[in-house]
Amino acid sequence: MKSVTVKYFALFRERAGTAEEALTTDATTVAELFRSLQHRHGSADSVSHCKVAINDEMASWDDAIEDGDTVLLFPPVAGG
Amino acid sequence: MQVVDQPISPDQLRKTLLDPAAGAYCAFEGWIRNRNEGHDVTRLEYEVYVPLAIKEGERIIREAQLKYPGIVAHCVHRAGLLEIGECAVWVGVSSEHRDEAFRACRYIIDEVKHRLPIWKKEYYANGDSGWVNCERCGEHAAD
Repeated sequence: MKSVTVKYFALFRERAGTAEEALTTDATTVAELFRSLQHRHGSADSVSHCKVAINDEMASWDDAIEDGDTVLLFPPVAGG
Repeated sequence: MQVVDQPISPDQLRKTLLDPAAGAYCAFEGWIRNRNEGHDVTRLEYEVYVPLAIKEGERIIREAQLKYPGIVAHCVHRAGLLEIGECAVWVGVSSEHRDEAFRACRYIIDEVKHRLPIWKKEYYANGDSGWVNCERCGEHAAD
């Protein structure tokens, strides 16, 4: 099991009811972690519309999670 | 790349690009408009994750400079609550000739809209509110 910090933004923060939480996970990739959290929050967004960052660097959904990572989950962006 | 919580002043920003070697200047301003998808919009709130918005915005500007060598470019995006008519995003490019200024400006605003960690919540005249998502943002304000 790995200890990670997850940060939620915009719609994801409202759904999760928190901006940030510490949790332990056996997920290998950020996509797996995202799916398990979606299940818990009762939502089902496709990863293709969302973005993810690890430790303040934009990441890919199949990137591996390491112990101690901070994972940032971004709902569909809408700048401009 | 800058993220600001105060009004954007395009006239001031334009001066930062003045350059005797530049023969062209192209700018884009995205404004808050009062209707979206049939709803009367009263105001809009931008949430920005600043550390990554700056990093990704600077990456986009570097990409534009590689594609169109010699350009000078800046981009500024607002955060927080904005009223109808306010400027939400500004992109300015100066260059030797107009073609690369037009193209680089278009490249930067398109990438900014799709890549920066920025979200907008619309507030409607009927009291509802909602996050504008990616499927809709291509048709929304600032286009």
